[in-house]
Amino acid sequence: MLRFTASRLVQLVVICFLISVFAFLLVHLLPGNPARTILGPNYTPANEAVLLKQLGLNKGLVAQYGTWVTNIFHGNLGASFLTKQTVTGALSVAVPIDLELIVVSQVLALLVAIPMALFAALRPNRAFDRVATTSTFAMLSLPTFVAGPLLVLVFAVTLKWVPATGFNRLSQGLGPNLKSVILPSVALAIGSVTVYYRLLRADLIATLQEDFVTMARSKGLSTRYILLRHVMRPSSFSLLAAAGISIGTLFTGAFVVEILFQLPGIGFQLVQAIYANDYLVVQGMALVAAVAFVVVNFGIDFLLTILDPRVRRA
Amino acid sequence: MPDGPSTVTETSSPLATGIAGPVGGRGGVAARLPASGLLSRKGGLGLTFWICASWVVFMILLAALASVLPIKAPNFQDYSAVNVGPTAHHLLGTDDLGRDLLSRVIFGSRVSLIIGFAPILAGLVIGGFAGLLAGYRSGPADTVLNAVSFVLLAFPALLAIMVIEAFWKPVSLLKLTVMFTFVASPLLFRVIRATTLSFASREFVLAARATGAKTSRLLLRELLPNVVPAAVSFALIGVAIAIVLEGSLAFLGLSIGLPTSSLGNIINDGVNSNNLQLNPFIALWPSLYIFLLLTALNLMADRLRSYFDLREVTL
Repeated sequence: MLRFTASRLVQLVVICFLISVFAFLLVHLLPGNPARTILGPNYTPANEAVLLKQLGLNKGLVAQYGTWVTNIFHGNLGASFLTKQTVTGALSVAVPIDLELIVVSQVLALLVAIPMALFAALRPNRAFDRVATTSTFAMLSLPTFVAGPLLVLVFAVTLKWVPATGFNRLSQGLGPNLKSVILPSVALAIGSVTVYYRLLRADLIATLQEDFVTMARSKGLSTRYILLRHVMRPSSFSLLAAAGISIGTLFTGAFVVEILFQLPGIGFQLVQAIYANDYLVVQGMALVAAVAFVVVNFGIDFLLTILDPRVRRA
Repeated sequence: MPDGPSTVTETSSPLATGIAGPVGGRGGVAARLPASGLLSRKGGLGLTFWICASWVVFMILLAALASVLPIKAPNFQDYSAVNVGPTAHHLLGTDDLGRDLLSRVIFGSRVSLIIGFAPILAGLVIGGFAGLLAGYRSGPADTVLNAVSFVLLAFPALLAIMVIEAFWKPVSLLKLTVMFTFVASPLLFRVIRATTLSFASREFVLAARATGAKTSRLLLRELLPNVVPAAVSFALIGVAIAIVLEGSLAFLGLSIGLPTSSLGNIINDGVNSNNLQLNPFIALWPSLYIFLLLTALNLMADRLRSYFDLREVTL
């Protein structure tokens, strides 16, 4: 187990290192003198000096990387020459929004997917299962950039239940905050429900065939007890694995949702920085987002191996 | 047997799900005759599959023939018909600038379809060739390719493409295709490698080796036909994923820009500046197009999977 953990950790570090190299090299994709291009209309000798210090552009490539990484480990991800805002400052605004979106959408997805899968698996191929399986299959073909506008059209434009865009912080009260987060979360949850439902249903049906379930039935235990205590637990591994799979989709979806609903999360700020050619902000944000993505994926993977010894042996 | 196929067990990771490894036996002599089996087994692929396939082909034809079809130019602004609903003159109506929506959707689908299919086909060739070899001969090359595919898959695709675009301007169809191929190849490599691995140690391969078959024959005549179903089924899902990725990029305004609008751009137009209130059709038609296209692709992949007894495994 220890060896396994160590080898996974080495993998994680190697991938994070490669991401940092990749993010670092981005600046060199720019045509011409990178410092001039990055500064653009903000070019002044003073600004150039700041930039050279941040990126070490006047040194060799390896030394440049060293300078850049050292700055990052000191919490200095650079600052925008357009807005004067530091990347770390922007992130501290953005990250809570992303976290709230992800938590609310995943809670919603699980609240819908688990009961649906339980009902469907109990009587496979009957009416409920067919309806649920077909509708999740249809949801598979509704990417966020399609589902989001549809939700806005129905709930914000036609029914006027919630505002179409904008974000209210939690400090402005729970009600207004939830009102601005609920529609984006539903848009995000659609993809997750499909993944959770399909995997959990298949796993539940397989588990229900096991001998220990027949045994529990013959002992006269109630269906509800068997489902929750005997069947849900071994099947929750696939749920966790599904969470790992859906992170990529969630990431993509979150970017689209933030632009659609004008929520100032990482995706929104990143896209704004790309529009504005704010290269240092793009670089810093991309680095943080990519590392976060890899670390979360790794965490889920790791949790899975701890909980389910079968994965480790395989 | 120094270079014999070994039964290397797959390290399991929930990062990517794919289809690999048939459960049912498709080895032996029958495995060499997939062509005859394709039509006779279980009475064919079924009506749904062929309806979906014809739909996808129809969409591709529409996009390919867009410039000779009797439709209006996608960027022509008809100021006498701004934001009109579906009429005989404009079958799907017009947008807020008086542009014909039918024509915009058909021309817009070109980008989606090219980015959907081209990188996956390229990925099938690159990843398929590497996967077949790596799955058959495990050795240092296999280890390296495997590690590279793991690293490439660890990157969040949309983020990587967005950021590369930001620094590597201007965006072009070729650049997008190249970047998408980079994303697709390692995925297809893993699927094909895993499938090859599950066949490489089977008796019919051993039998062919025993009769003195050359490696090229083993790969192309024994292994390839068995790998094709999983590869095609997964490639269809890959096309769907690529279309969603391109659509997301276009929605964010980061796909190919003006004057070539793609479907994601049109949806974004339909959401901006009160258009959803004034004329929901702008966003609805391209959404419907994407929905139907993805449904057809998913249904086809699903049907192939159950037809060939492919099971979903974590790669």
